[in-house]
Amino acid sequence: MVDLNSGHNPDHNPDHNPELAHQFEDMDQQKEAAALGMWTFLITEVLFFGGLFTAYIVFRTQFSEAFAKASHHLDIVLGGINTFILLGSSLTMALAVHAAQEGRKEKTIRFLGVTGILGAAFLVIKGFEYAHKFEHNLFPGASFGYDGFEPDHAQLFFILYFALTGVHAAHMIVGLLLLVVIAWMTARGRFSATYHSPVENFGLYWHFVDIVWIFLYPLLYLIDVTGRTQ
Amino acid sequence: MTTIKEPLRPDDYLNAGYGVKSWLLTLDHKRIAILYLISITFFFFVGGFFAVLLRIELMTPAGDIVTAETYNKLFTMHGIAMIFFFLIPSIPAVLGNFLVPMMIGARDLAFPRLNLFSWYLYNVGGLFTLYTMTTGGIDTGWTFYAPYSSSYTLSDPVPVVVGIFVLGFSSILTGLNFLVTIHKMRAPGLTWFRLPLFIWASYATSVIQVLGTPVVAIALVLLGFERLTGVGIFDPKIDGDPILFQHLFWFYSHPAVYIMILPSMGVVSEVVSCYARKKIFGYNAMAFAILGIAVLGFLVWGHHMFISGQSVYAGLVFSALSFLVAIPSAIKVFNWTATLYKGQIEFRTPILYAFGFIGLFTIGGLTGLFLASLATDVHLTDTYFVVAHFHYIMVGGAVMGYLAGIHFWWPKITGRMYNEAWAKFSALILFVGFNLTFFPQFILGYMGMPRRYYVYPEEFQVLNVMSTAGASILGLGYLIPMIYLTWSLRKPKTAGNNPWKATGLEWTTVSPPLTHNFDSVPTVTTEPYLYDDTDDASGSAGSAGSAGLAGLAGLDSSARAALPPHPKEVKRGRS
Repeated sequence: MVDLNSGHNPDHNPDHNPELAHQFEDMDQQKEAAALGMWTFLITEVLFFGGLFTAYIVFRTQFSEAFAKASHHLDIVLGGINTFILLGSSLTMALAVHAAQEGRKEKTIRFLGVTGILGAAFLVIKGFEYAHKFEHNLFPGASFGYDGFEPDHAQLFFILYFALTGVHAAHMIVGLLLLVVIAWMTARGRFSATYHSPVENFGLYWHFVDIVWIFLYPLLYLIDVTGRTQ
Repeated sequence: MTTIKEPLRPDDYLNAGYGVKSWLLTLDHKRIAILYLISITFFFFVGGFFAVLLRIELMTPAGDIVTAETYNKLFTMHGIAMIFFFLIPSIPAVLGNFLVPMMIGARDLAFPRLNLFSWYLYNVGGLFTLYTMTTGGIDTGWTFYAPYSSSYTLSDPVPVVVGIFVLGFSSILTGLNFLVTIHKMRAPGLTWFRLPLFIWASYATSVIQVLGTPVVAIALVLLGFERLTGVGIFDPKIDGDPILFQHLFWFYSHPAVYIMILPSMGVVSEVVSCYARKKIFGYNAMAFAILGIAVLGFLVWGHHMFISGQSVYAGLVFSALSFLVAIPSAIKVFNWTATLYKGQIEFRTPILYAFGFIGLFTIGGLTGLFLASLATDVHLTDTYFVVAHFHYIMVGGAVMGYLAGIHFWWPKITGRMYNEAWAKFSALILFVGFNLTFFPQFILGYMGMPRRYYVYPEEFQVLNVMSTAGASILGLGYLIPMIYLTWSLRKPKTAGNNPWKATGLEWTTVSPPLTHNFDSVPTVTTEPYLYDDTDDASGSAGSAGSAGLAGLAGLDSSARAALPPHPKEVKRGRS
């Protein structure tokens, strides 16, 4: 009869890291798998937003003048402030990852906290922008009222505006929820200089969501800066 | 050599825990595979139920039992249940979940929690869809074409759209899990070109799931937006573009056909090689053909839209690219045939299904060429020719492959053997029933009978009655395996570790496998499919037949224990 535990059994390994899941051989393998998983997920995200960007390209090409004029109704200043907020949050996120790699718990939590505040600030400002659009009947649908150039095509612009920024904002909200979980895990002492891949992989997600905004801001707000009259 | 009596292991994965909770909270990929098996079988019979009603209605030219609106709902829900909830998850989520870690010598998938989460997402999506099915259904067709689905239909597609969206994430996460597992968790020595072709097929399928699904997901988000606000980018009233919806939809849904067929091709490769007792012919060509189909599959979606209003030039390019898919597909068919050539074929149930697959897939593939030709397609679009074509691929191909796999690995999954006589009988019944159902539809379509109508001219009745008769035989063919497979669970677990004397790491462990799959991490030193009978004149199969895997397969446990420890210098695959 074979000894049931003759082979590899992580529970019997003296230098076994408690964070090593049973299906992996060692911490390196686990870390590489987690990173590859996150990158693969981000590829699906690229395709997800890719569908929206495709739609944007199709209609912007067809109705470029209506899109340019409709873009005047977006607030460049608020959008610009939000751009800097997100860039700043990416910096603090990178610092949080760095702190986690050094195994410095307090510092990690502090930088995650700043990142969270910046992310929330982004959403608040976005909320004000949305409210402004609703007040001026710029939300697509039955109540859409637009007295500018080619209202139907302008409506297409606002559909894409709300779809793109709405999907982006949904990702921000998910990011904030994940951030709370990661910060809580950090506070509980789950991470160390040898094990911190959840912080790193969450950082990848956060940077991805920021990068999407880096594309959205010029495509939606800045397509006709010189043509603005107000 | 007959089957060696392996000692029963009381600690197999089926005995790892009892009670509902031990299943609903399990992280074991094998148990999750069983959960999927139950879920998709349920939806298979839901979809089958709608098919029965469709075929009964079509027995006579007049509308007898349902109205036109109800008929539209029936074919819509047949399509949704069968495509999204059965075919797409069928082999990946059931056999793939069970086999991918075992075939590469891993203890589990890379992300077991994510795997269980995928199953729950599947069921949440399923509940949304069942809610719609039980409260009136929808009549948009499984393709949800805008603007009908967004502005005109009186039924409400939103719950189904939400359901499919959620289901999409289940599919993405399964694909992601497989990709990472295959990249990072292969056993020492298991290089890419030593992988079983089932793993290649699962890999290519996962790539499609990961890249294609998010695009249909965003299309459905935009569709839901349009439905809820009454205005959207697919709405022609404001110069929106309905054809854009078709582009986004088929960008996923054409590759989705390869999500259904590629895993079946993987299964058939395993089965053909095993029962022909021969190495698979042209292994490298087979692996590259799988990848080729996956890549080309992303470039041909426009052939669904030849008459949609897309530009003729786009149509020409899509037509030419569609023809290219025939090349890797033909490589596969020819290589299976070459593998069988001069093989000492043992006619067991799985290879009967595999034969069914090869024949029916060939017919389905060749009729696909008719539809890829621009001019012919204008005549055949939206006729029963199309219906027959994709059923030959999806049912004749994908489902036959799925059943081949279920029968091939059933002794491994359950430790039990099914009744071979009944199994062979039902394989035969299915083949006959399938052809009787769908071959007449080629003729009907060629004669011009359009799909999606509940009434038809009288001259089409004979062929329609044949089709309905075939469908009832086909239905019986699906019920019989349900019965004898379930019945086999009452028997003791005496199937043996390797009843087919197959190569492959999954056969080197006990049946049913242990929770951690392998007592010790296996080491692979040779290429796959080393069935040596062709060059071994003595013909003694058995342990010799699996010498390729360091002699692990077919040996009993005591012999296995006597093997030297695996070399440590070979690192686990990490490419």
